[in-house]
Amino acid sequence: MKNLIPVIGLEVHIELNTATKMFCRCRAYHFGEKPNTNVCPVCLGLPGALPSANKKAIWDTIKFGLALNSQISSFSKFDRKHYFYPDLPKGYQISQYDLPFCTKGTFTLKNGKVINIRRIHLEEDTGKLIHKTVDGKKVSLVDYNRSGVPLMEMVTEPDFTDPSDVDEFLKEIQLIVKYLGISDADMEKGSMRLEANISLKEEDQGLPDYKIELKNINSFRFLSKALQAEIVRQKQILETGSKPVQETRGYDEVKNTTFSQRTKEEAQDYRYMPEPDIPPITINEKVVLRIKNKLPDLPNQKRKIFKKLNLSEHYIETLVSDKNRALYFDEAINIAKDHNISAKEIASVMVNQNMDLKYPEPAGLIKKLLEIQKADYASQKEVKGAVNVVLKQNTKAVDDYKNGKTQVVGFLIGQIQKELKGKGEVKLVQEILRKKLEE
Amino acid sequence: MEAPNSFKTLKADLLSGKYSTVDLVDYYLSRIHAFDGEIQSILTITDEIAFKKAKKADALIKKLKAKAFAEYPLLGVVVGYKDMFLKDGVRTTAGSRVLNGYVAQYSATAVEKLETAGAITIAKLNQDAWAHGASGENSDFFITKNPYDKARVAGGSSSGSAAAVASDFCLIALGTDTGGSVRQPASFTNLVGLKPTYGAISRWGVIAMSSSLDTVGVIGKNIADVKQTYDVLKGEDGHDSNVRLQTKSFDPGKKVTIGIPKEFFAERLDPEVKTKVEEVINTYQQMGHKIINISLPHTKYGISVYYIIQPAEVSSNLARYDGVRYGKDRLAFGSEAKRRIMLGSFVLSAGHYDAYYLKAMKVRNLIKMELEKAYEKVDVILAPVSPTPAFKIGEKQGDPISMYLSDIFTVTANLTGTPSVAIPGGFSKSGLPIGFQLMGPRFSEDLLFNLGQKYQAQTDWHTRKAVL
Repeated sequence: MKNLIPVIGLEVHIELNTATKMFCRCRAYHFGEKPNTNVCPVCLGLPGALPSANKKAIWDTIKFGLALNSQISSFSKFDRKHYFYPDLPKGYQISQYDLPFCTKGTFTLKNGKVINIRRIHLEEDTGKLIHKTVDGKKVSLVDYNRSGVPLMEMVTEPDFTDPSDVDEFLKEIQLIVKYLGISDADMEKGSMRLEANISLKEEDQGLPDYKIELKNINSFRFLSKALQAEIVRQKQILETGSKPVQETRGYDEVKNTTFSQRTKEEAQDYRYMPEPDIPPITINEKVVLRIKNKLPDLPNQKRKIFKKLNLSEHYIETLVSDKNRALYFDEAINIAKDHNISAKEIASVMVNQNMDLKYPEPAGLIKKLLEIQKADYASQKEVKGAVNVVLKQNTKAVDDYKNGKTQVVGFLIGQIQKELKGKGEVKLVQEILRKKLEE
Repeated sequence: MEAPNSFKTLKADLLSGKYSTVDLVDYYLSRIHAFDGEIQSILTITDEIAFKKAKKADALIKKLKAKAFAEYPLLGVVVGYKDMFLKDGVRTTAGSRVLNGYVAQYSATAVEKLETAGAITIAKLNQDAWAHGASGENSDFFITKNPYDKARVAGGSSSGSAAAVASDFCLIALGTDTGGSVRQPASFTNLVGLKPTYGAISRWGVIAMSSSLDTVGVIGKNIADVKQTYDVLKGEDGHDSNVRLQTKSFDPGKKVTIGIPKEFFAERLDPEVKTKVEEVINTYQQMGHKIINISLPHTKYGISVYYIIQPAEVSSNLARYDGVRYGKDRLAFGSEAKRRIMLGSFVLSAGHYDAYYLKAMKVRNLIKMELEKAYEKVDVILAPVSPTPAFKIGEKQGDPISMYLSDIFTVTANLTGTPSVAIPGGFSKSGLPIGFQLMGPRFSEDLLFNLGQKYQAQTDWHTRKAVL
């Protein structure tokens, strides 16, 4: 049997952090709220209710698309996706079918490989089922607080061949979303949700004729492990000459194996149709360009900027991986420009000592660094002493200086620093040395 | 006491003290109690709400006199609503058992606008369940009778709205018109029925049948009343994203060009209806308007297109009544609703979408373009509303296709989003009302009202009443 290569594609759902829901004016924030307190006729799907699209959510989706080099559709629309589930109050979800806001995006991995992003569309989130026992009876309750919260869905092409690339991609996507400020992309809160499909193919084969969907996996690490476990499992099946059954599988983190959740023979028919209650949307190219020009620095741009400051890879990653720290660092180096503090020093105290946590304002940190610097430098008295010692030991150099060979100053400073064990403040040493020499 | 025949007489009577608003509500309720047992136009009576509002109206009239009517243009107008309209705290069923006992949690924009303008809500009216039908026979509760012949249907799906106004149970009623459901019952009961431009009146709080075709319509006794109600109802409300009001100015004295589409006078048309509509055409010609024959060849596909798009949207809109909420399971759906859910699910399914839904959307667009082109040549189009006058109860039951064909002349306005007004045009030999419709380009309501008023100034059909 030839070498088997994994074929992996991803579906990522990200809840937007807009003030209001996608199609009504209810608050979009729903985490930890009392059930069914943040609802209205629209997000409850009551008879007679009509949706009005949240423009902010549309622009946020376009921002995300632009950050991933997508094409922005000039003409777009919403569609109804039909299926029955108790957490879906209208019997359909307002989503996008054939004209998503963003198509054909790209993402370049560190190893240079390009992952194609098929589409990014906008839809509404569903309610939530709560299964519990009330008065000794097992019941399923529905909480509609989350119903109608704006949800972006990104679908990649099946371009991944390595679970570690998937991990890199997802972490960077999470970071980009945070940099754009459009979602907290918190896996634990469910504001970022992952699904992967995976199959194996022989090296020179086209796409395989089956795929396994991995769902309900709530961390990057578990997804990576689930993919690895799937590769092993599918390899074993293929090597016996059979084909894995097309199905949805979950991941058991204790056993480190995947398990079957649902076998579906055929694709579900969602009976998509254009959403008649929302007029089609034309997106002005000029406005898109304006948004593009106003996008904040994304993680990769920050990396480039930090690299120019000669920071180590470790420092750069630590700072960039947290948007707030990266911005903090930016501000700190800006303030430090007027002082004798290097970017490296700031990065060092942030990464190694977490000093940014102690000083919420970058200016506070710089002030502290200046104080430390002063305290650490040799005192004026010590510098004077060292200068005297060095000048006595190097009378020739002193003579040379008096004869006009001023370049010996550098040599003398070096000697003084040696005497001070490097603790001399350059300016102070120069000042005292010059005074002595002129005497 | 006699019920007012127009807003104008109502205002005069209330101001002169001929009767108070409370008297009027009393009077309408006494008629309802006397006659609705037979007519069966009402699903829920809101007498408490009506009396409370009437007392307020009387106080206003006492205090402000004529000024009260300037501030509240519909002051004292007693109104009934097709049971598609939500009124906060009142049972709203859409004529279906599925929603029997459902109490609305908020009010429709249309209801709020009329009430803010001073109108008094007296009843929620019977209809074909979910507005599926052209006869009222699909109501899950009972069949509304035609006040002109109680063995006959009042038309549908706004059967109760038409019968209630024709029976003097209220002065005006709102209905919904998705394929003719306001115009056809209006023409079966000698009333004016407006199907406005799609996007002129908000659908917020009106139970959806087919969202791209649904319009809020008005049924009244004359053009002036309907126009005044339309003026209150129209405009954006921040809820219905499809509402974008435009105004079209026109010269009210101008002689217009009226197009007569030959396809609307073809073999299906009852000879008596044909004769009456031709008389209407003559009346307009005698007024000096120009009559020209036109052809709208694609409109013959209207019913086919309508019966693909409409069930598709119906299947989608009814999906929410899935048995989880609202207390009834899906078995509570009547047979017509089931038929449309099945049809709609079929035409939207992956293997059939292109052949049915997509194709229907394309033909819909062709019809739209054809009509737009026609309106380059003519100002308005005049046509019959229904192929026949009111038919007998049970006559078309069990033959859904023949029932569907009742909409053959009305669906064009819905598919194209254009306005149309049904106007009384006389009676058949057996005394059944026959209506005609004036259709115009988008947002040409005022022109249609203007021409309708000119017709009603020359004729007295609309002043005749049913004998209950």
